[in-house]
Amino acid sequence: MVGPAHYITLSAVLFTIGVIGVLTRKNAIIVFMAIEIMLNAANLALVTFAMTIGDVAGLIMVLLVIAVAAAEAAVGLAIIVAMFRHRETVNIEAFNVLRG
Amino acid sequence: MESLLWLIPAFPLAGVAINGLFGRKLGDRVVSVIGPGAVGAAFAMAAASFIALRGLPPAERLLQQTLYSWLPAGEFSASIGFQLDPLSMTMVLVVTGVGFLIHLYSVGYMHGDGGYARYFAYLNLFTFAMLLLVMADNFLLLFVGWEGVGLCSYLLIGYWFEDQAKADAGKKAFIVNRIGDFGFLLGIFLIFWTFGSVAFSDVLPEAATRLTLGGDLAFWICLFLFIGAVGKSAQIPLFVWLPDAMAGPTPVSALIHAATMVTAGVYMVARAHALYEMAPQVLALVAGIGAATALFAATIGIVQNDIKKVLAYSTISQLGYMFLGVGVAAFSAGIFHLVTHAFFKAVLFLGAGSVIHALHGEQDMRTMGGLKPKLPITYWTMLAATLAIAGVPPLAGFVSKDEILWRTWDGGHSVLWVIGFITAGLTAAYMFRLFFLTFHGSFRGTKEQWGHAHESPWTMTVPLVILGALSVVGGWIGLPAALGQPLGGIANRFEGWLAPVFEAGEHAVHEPHAIPPIEYGLMTASVAIATLGILVAYWAYLRSPDLPGRVVARSRGVYTLLYGKYFVDELYDFLIVRPFYALSRFAWRVIDDGLIDGLGVGGTGALVKRGSRIVSRWETGYVQGYAVAFFGGVFAILAYYYLFR
Amino acid sequence: MTGVDVAFWILAAISVGASLVVITNRNPVACVLFLVVAFFALAGLFVTLHSHFLAAIQVIIYAGAIMVLFLFVILLLNLGQQQWFDVSNNPLRVTAVVFGAGFLALLVGGGISGVTPTVRGPAAGISPDLLGSTGAIGAALYTAYFMPFITIALLLLLAMVGAVAIARRER
Repeated sequence: MVGPAHYITLSAVLFTIGVIGVLTRKNAIIVFMAIEIMLNAANLALVTFAMTIGDVAGLIMVLLVIAVAAAEAAVGLAIIVAMFRHRETVNIEAFNVLRG
Repeated sequence: MESLLWLIPAFPLAGVAINGLFGRKLGDRVVSVIGPGAVGAAFAMAAASFIALRGLPPAERLLQQTLYSWLPAGEFSASIGFQLDPLSMTMVLVVTGVGFLIHLYSVGYMHGDGGYARYFAYLNLFTFAMLLLVMADNFLLLFVGWEGVGLCSYLLIGYWFEDQAKADAGKKAFIVNRIGDFGFLLGIFLIFWTFGSVAFSDVLPEAATRLTLGGDLAFWICLFLFIGAVGKSAQIPLFVWLPDAMAGPTPVSALIHAATMVTAGVYMVARAHALYEMAPQVLALVAGIGAATALFAATIGIVQNDIKKVLAYSTISQLGYMFLGVGVAAFSAGIFHLVTHAFFKAVLFLGAGSVIHALHGEQDMRTMGGLKPKLPITYWTMLAATLAIAGVPPLAGFVSKDEILWRTWDGGHSVLWVIGFITAGLTAAYMFRLFFLTFHGSFRGTKEQWGHAHESPWTMTVPLVILGALSVVGGWIGLPAALGQPLGGIANRFEGWLAPVFEAGEHAVHEPHAIPPIEYGLMTASVAIATLGILVAYWAYLRSPDLPGRVVARSRGVYTLLYGKYFVDELYDFLIVRPFYALSRFAWRVIDDGLIDGLGVGGTGALVKRGSRIVSRWETGYVQGYAVAFFGGVFAILAYYYLFR
Repeated sequence: MTGVDVAFWILAAISVGASLVVITNRNPVACVLFLVVAFFALAGLFVTLHSHFLAAIQVIIYAGAIMVLFLFVILLLNLGQQQWFDVSNNPLRVTAVVFGAGFLALLVGGGISGVTPTVRGPAAGISPDLLGSTGAIGAALYTAYFMPFITIALLLLLAMVGAVAIARRER
């Protein structure tokens, strides 16, 4: 019988995958995608709990998270575009100007 | 009158300001007027103060003026204030009077010198500091004057500083003085600690009540003060700077190292007599060192060949007499000898300067001789002074020196009397040796020197004459009762003048009293030995001039010891100077350069540099690295939470 | 083993697998496409949880809009093949993976799966289908959660303006 526990575990696994992706990849866009994975993992956990305890607030939260993720993706990608225009690359190792 | 006391030191100070700042622009003639003029004005003020003081009844002879409160600091306060009682009045008259004459002499002696204005500025500065010293109404201001004269001594000894040896002499004087000053300062600290104040009016009347007779406190205070006097007045063991000080111009030697600065130590002991009377052991030490120094210096002086060096050792010797006087509690006798010594020693130095000036810088007596016809005024004045210092009655030196010797015997110090007695004979001998070698016999110099030799200008001879006259008659104000009474009741006016300062509440000295016959006996003895000394000098240097050579050949060892000044300088160099150099070099190379600069300053810098280089490696600018660190932290917190609760 | 369970396991495998590909693939376009697959799988998971509305939203917005945006940007920047995901090269990466694994171990081992919420929400007794329906969400959104709703609207406006401002070509 598949219960909330399984969904939560899945959420944890997806989250970890997302974290490793953020910390490991050099391409800025792919780092972004990994962040989206993390957000989705959180969404999954939220929905699971909302359904388990019977509160619609969880679902509302998911809706808001998706909206925010959309906004964030838009702005983030705009920044990446601007970065690309500056350095001709999206390799984040090239953007270490704050090195000291 | 009291409100004008400050003018006495103010005039020389003005002289310093004008000559020092503008002297070069004003030119030598103006400087020649301002320099001596300032001291002359001070002397006029002093004379007026003297008259005013005399007008007061003896018990109330005190003029005071406090200028302002200088150092109010918690419980301690010192003010800039002047006082004139008979003792300081005497000193002021000597300083300004003799000082004025020497300033006048300098106009002739220093004529044409490149630093003319600087010379007079320094000399005026010295006069100012000396006046501060003797007119101060508290120990601290006295110490300021004390340091000031030390400074001027340094400046004037090293006046011709382009010559390294002369500059070194100035340094030596200052440093040796400093050692004494350290002791003096400790004494002042102790005085403040005991009495809560450093003003004479607070300390001296309280001496008998706050100090126990012969107690530790009195002992240490007086000892420390005496150490200061030993340095300033060139007694054993801090006398080594005075002979070297002869590197300065001769008028400087006359003023500073004969008449005034070196006598500051005697003045200070006399001023603090109330303290010294509570410490008889220190007084005994003072008398002992005084007598020993007198003999010691006389033995060195008798073999020296430089005319100024002989006079230098003579000064050390006579200062020893003064300390002997105050050491046996004959304070007014010591001060009296100070005054008469100022007169005849000034003549001797100025006369020597006249001779040196005539021979264009020659100072070695072995190349002098037979100068009497060439320098008549110098000759007669120096004869008067030499007779005075030898102790031939009725000249000034005899009166004062004899008074000291009598009081020494009368106080029961027979051994010290014997030392003083022998020294008197030696004094007569070496002084007349100087006189005969210089003015009699045949001239041993070069033909051009003889041709150029001439008497000095009036600026130099007038002071000689005035001071020479004083050397003759100056003693008569202090005729002891032994001589005065038989001559029709002439009182010892000098002692009477100083009596209120030294004998609080004792009976007047004017009363006639019985004179013990031994006093006459001792007097005769000292005249006898002085005459003996003169005869020995006459025989050895005029009658059979090869006699000294034979004596020296017989006693090579003793001669070398005396001529080498007992090698005291070499001893000090070995024991003190070299270790100090080594210590300083160590402190410089190892501690300052190595430790502080290298390790401390440089080390701290290097440490910070290295540390920051290590830390800056964390600033990669690499965002993912930062994120990893982030995440590591989260992980750590989680781990702690889950595993350890 | 009901059908829902089977669906769960299949969808879970797909989502995990696709995510792994996303973080390891060299080609950005491939990554985007696999992420879309992962989102679809997640939408499916939402359906198994009876929140149909959110599943639809997920597909429309996430997979439909956001991923398309990603794709546009990749194509716009004309990115070629990127560096292979290589763990052994960089100690930082090893650390990251180790931390990640440890993190997961902690979460799972720490009993996150054993969490049984005791609190019962207001709609506890209602059937899940009703709960996850559009009507229920709408009812809550426009009444109790109106403020966040409006705020989100504002946020989206700001994001739009911001994106345009940042990405504008400088004159």
